[in-house]
Amino acid sequence: MLTAILIMALGAIVLGSALGYASIKFKVEGNPLVEKIEAILPQTQCGQCGYPGCKPYAEAIAEGEAEINLCPPGGQEGVRKLADLLGREVKPLDAEEKPKQVAIIDEQTCIGCTLCIQACPVDAIVGAAKQMHTIVGALCTGCELCLPPCPVECISMARITENIDSWKWKYPVIEIKQLKRVA
Amino acid sequence: MLQLFKFKGGVKPDTHKAPSLQQPIGRAPLPPRLIVPLHQSIGGIPNPLVEVGEYVLKGQCIGSADQWLSSAVHAPSSGTVVAVEERVAAHPSGLPTLSVVIETDGRDQWIERSPVDYQRLAPERVREILRDSGVVGLGGAVFPSHAKLAAAKSVAMDELVINGAECEPFMTCDDMLMRERAEEIVRGAGIFRDLLKPKRVLIGIEDNKPEAVAAMSAAVRELEADYAEFEVIAVPTRYPAGGAKQLIRVLTGKEVPASRRSPEMGVQCFNVATAYTAWRAIAHGEPVISRIVTLTGNVDAPRNWEALIGTPIRDFVALGTPQADTNSYLMGGPMMGFELPSLEAPLVKASNCIIAGSKTLFPPALPEMPCIRCGACAQVCPHELAPFEMYWFARARNFGKTQEYKIFDCIECGCCSYVCPSHIPLVQYFRFAKSEIWSREREKNKADAAKARFESRNEREERDKAEKAARLAKAAAAKKAAPVVSESTASAAPAAAAAVDSASEAQAAKQAAIAAAIERARVQREAVQPKNTDALTIAQRKEIEQIEARRAPLQGATSSTDTASQPSPKEEQ
Repeated sequence: MLTAILIMALGAIVLGSALGYASIKFKVEGNPLVEKIEAILPQTQCGQCGYPGCKPYAEAIAEGEAEINLCPPGGQEGVRKLADLLGREVKPLDAEEKPKQVAIIDEQTCIGCTLCIQACPVDAIVGAAKQMHTIVGALCTGCELCLPPCPVECISMARITENIDSWKWKYPVIEIKQLKRVA
Repeated sequence: MLQLFKFKGGVKPDTHKAPSLQQPIGRAPLPPRLIVPLHQSIGGIPNPLVEVGEYVLKGQCIGSADQWLSSAVHAPSSGTVVAVEERVAAHPSGLPTLSVVIETDGRDQWIERSPVDYQRLAPERVREILRDSGVVGLGGAVFPSHAKLAAAKSVAMDELVINGAECEPFMTCDDMLMRERAEEIVRGAGIFRDLLKPKRVLIGIEDNKPEAVAAMSAAVRELEADYAEFEVIAVPTRYPAGGAKQLIRVLTGKEVPASRRSPEMGVQCFNVATAYTAWRAIAHGEPVISRIVTLTGNVDAPRNWEALIGTPIRDFVALGTPQADTNSYLMGGPMMGFELPSLEAPLVKASNCIIAGSKTLFPPALPEMPCIRCGACAQVCPHELAPFEMYWFARARNFGKTQEYKIFDCIECGCCSYVCPSHIPLVQYFRFAKSEIWSREREKNKADAAKARFESRNEREERDKAEKAARLAKAAAAKKAAPVVSESTASAAPAAAAAVDSASEAQAAKQAAIAAAIERARVQREAVQPKNTDALTIAQRKEIEQIEARRAPLQGATSSTDTASQPSPKEEQ
């Protein structure tokens, strides 16, 4: 009887210490699910979901506080990916899907107030006080956060059109041809 | 005789080569206008060097190589630049690309040509000359040749393969070039040999071109003294024997995996036309401004023409007098080529063949039927892939799975579509899947870069805040340490009140000033636009252009990090 208890107790101590050691040694910082969700989000940092950036939104989704259909730049495709990852229902996007855009500063009107520079979440605007500003197109995520602070409304959004380098082969579909109507 | 190897799969379509072989290579007449796209090779887009109104000479560089992986572009004839603008490209998309439009003056006047003795030059200099002469792979892939002319450091170069197989049906440009200009091809291959120093040079030609084999063998025999390690080998005719990887396999038995470059396996491969242009560039100082183009198919006079790069395809096809029922034009062969979206597009370095199509020559594709999993596609695939599996996943947009089935090993040769009994356009599915995967990769890299920038910005802001707090704390501590004047304590309260008052006043004044500024700007915007960039002097405009030119490679660099799967760039701290 006593031996059995001792053996069990010993086993419990050994396993317990092993588990305790493992929990310290292999501790995972942060929630790994948040990282997976964040990898799907488009990283525009636009705040259109109501959270201040993509990471807070990813955290809210992981906590179960937020719906998965709040990210307009991610589009319906993003909602589908999130639903796949989280095993949730696919929902229609809670906003209009927008084409990819890039911000453009009208250099004739810019007064050099630096307000847009402070608003840009990805440091894609170059300029200094009372100097004309400009947007580095390759870095702009099209989040539109620079539009409201501009006092002279000199920033506009332009659609990114397809060029030869970004052109994609289309999904092969059978063309539907209009047949001549038989009189 | 060398022992030949085999590659798996392949098909034997009707060759249709005879019609365009009846006549020698003709020199295409000078068109009134040349449209020269600047981006004609893989790699960076060359920077335009000419302005509208400038007079250019034949062979003058009009676009300089942008980075190491890029190739220069030259004026194909003398004349006046009438536009530097976006023009429709010879590309399946039909989208425009930046092109230089030259109105030719008919004099065809050469720029001063400077032939060099390459054996006296350092290899780097030879590679530079090839780059600045616009020598690219003329087999159709237009990869800059100079970038292929460096041997791997750890592996000795065993074989140099010169590709004259030309397996695509209809196409005969390499065949005619080998028949007529064999000696210059051999000498061009000699340049590649001297740069790469391989043990053997193997010239592979499909055995349905006996005249080309004979001409090349004769040239090699004649030049035996200098080109002893050269060997002309007839390889069995089977599509796609002219694919670089297939020819390397047949001639050397080496299989180059998708993840590695052929120099790492001790072998390199060049097209015969590339060797020819390399010789013209080095020994005659002539950059690549023309190429041999096969004009065949539904035309009255099929023939090979030496045509200037930039010749509008409408002018070019007129040389062969297309028949009345011609309804489409293909660029490249029927297996791998594409239908030209517009005849306004010009001939480019990649244009090896233009085929006029008709309903009888290329009957419209039969409707796609379900895959019956017969496996015919897998039997003919020269890369031993399973096209029916990749098709399934590409169709379902399950791109991860297509990559597991090695979609990037697919060379899009079209054998699978050719044999499919259900008429499934398999290659189109694979092209769709590949470009979709690339675009996602680009977006992912862009998102990662944006995230990194966002995080570094947040970090910077926090650091600034902490520094400011530390500064304030220090100032407060200094104030405390200073001796307190008794008078100041007495008048402290009213002073503080006055300070608050003046502060709020200053605030209000500031607000008013801002409001006034906004109002002024609004009035200005409504009334007359301030002219920051109009009415500049020529010197100022030149300066702006210089700045733009400096900025372009930087922007190019950022966008290239998007495409390459590199870690996101480190941000300024």
